[in-house]
Amino acid sequence: MFPFAFEWINDPSHFVFMGGFYFALGGLFIAVNYCVMRALFDWLCKGGENHNEH
Amino acid sequence: MFDSALIPKGVKRCSFAKFFIWVLILHIPVLIGTVAAILCWGLALNQTYLNNNFPFGLWIAADLGIIALGGGAFFTGFLRYVINIKELKNIVNYAVVIGVICYAAAQGILAIDIGQPIRGWFIFWHANVHSMLTEVAFCIMAYFMVLCVEYLPLLLENRQIFKFSVPRSFAHHLHEAMPTIAAIGVFLSCFHQGSLGGVAGVLYGRPFAYREGFLVWPWTFFLFILSAMACGPCFTILITKITEFFAKKKLVKKSVVGILAKISGGLTTLYVLLKIIDTLGWFGLVKEAGAPVKSFYANQPYGWWVLVMEVIILGAIPALLLLNKKTRENEPILILACVLNCAGIVMNRWIMTVQALAIPVMPFDKFVSYHPNWVEWATTLLPLWVGAIVIMLSYRYLPIFPQERELNPY
Repeated sequence: MFPFAFEWINDPSHFVFMGGFYFALGGLFIAVNYCVMRALFDWLCKGGENHNEH
Repeated sequence: MFDSALIPKGVKRCSFAKFFIWVLILHIPVLIGTVAAILCWGLALNQTYLNNNFPFGLWIAADLGIIALGGGAFFTGFLRYVINIKELKNIVNYAVVIGVICYAAAQGILAIDIGQPIRGWFIFWHANVHSMLTEVAFCIMAYFMVLCVEYLPLLLENRQIFKFSVPRSFAHHLHEAMPTIAAIGVFLSCFHQGSLGGVAGVLYGRPFAYREGFLVWPWTFFLFILSAMACGPCFTILITKITEFFAKKKLVKKSVVGILAKISGGLTTLYVLLKIIDTLGWFGLVKEAGAPVKSFYANQPYGWWVLVMEVIILGAIPALLLLNKKTRENEPILILACVLNCAGIVMNRWIMTVQALAIPVMPFDKFVSYHPNWVEWATTLLPLWVGAIVIMLSYRYLPIFPQERELNPY
């Protein structure tokens, strides 16, 4: 449910529930994309040779 | 071997033919379960023994049980990445694999239970934000995504994929970001584990399940979180021991298992104590409301033995066995304690769903018993067989156990 859905009500319940949900999804999205960007950056700049220790 | 290039370096696996035959054998019950699921989707839920008395049956009880058992993933992740217990890095990978299977299973069972999976998205789009079940649906879906992200570095560490620099670097950075991802998982897990308890606790029309609580959360909310934290690590230990039995080798050091068992013992003890206090409080509450406690245990098979079995035999006994260093370090007793602990949680979830619905609440209500039919059993057991295949594939091709090489030199 998004704030533009017709069932949306501007009350604390909706803000807390959906806010918590989007906070968690947003955190996950940012963390994964940060890792993707770092991996691509490593590949472009260093050829990825720094992570052979795994 | 046909697939030796895919097997992690320095470890021994059975022949591909043997592996393939076992996977094929497991496909037989998978096919039976698939047929049962198709029957439910094609011919509707009248194929089951669910009815107006029991809209929640084996599926929901199993769902709650699986989610509690899968709690090992979030709690082990919390201990490893947030509390920073370094030794647990040797078992956290396997806890994640078990978690992925458990949560995929829970969602799969729900997809059958809702009868029309084509309308499954309704709960997300037309969300009732005051419903405990809405919270469960949102958190389980989001936490499953977290678990998939936690499983991703394991997949990328497969010997052939790891040769490429981008996946290798991606896996490395995911490992670095894991504390953040694990913290998000803990946040989501606490809410959905608790809300599953909240579903029963807010049923004021069902005095057997109803509980008072703190703000909007009934006491069952907190008991469900605590019980998942207590039994999840035991399930991880149990599956590790089963894997070691089939692999015929040690995969995790005793000290690592010991840490999980000790923490689980402490938490199970706390859970059993709070459960006893909660039960005594509930005795007082229903007595005050004019309902004699014995009336809730008057119908067989749900007599007093259920309470004794849940709290004492499957609760207090495993708690004591896990708490005591001598019994905890004895492997057969440790396995017994883990089996009892896991069985206790599954029984608790059955009681809070099926027994709560079975007990009559009106003077004109009659006690009706419920026995699942083969369709329900086959679909409920389906994730078990699929899970076994996923574990076999993961164990064979991914470096899940960091201590395997050290424990089994060849």
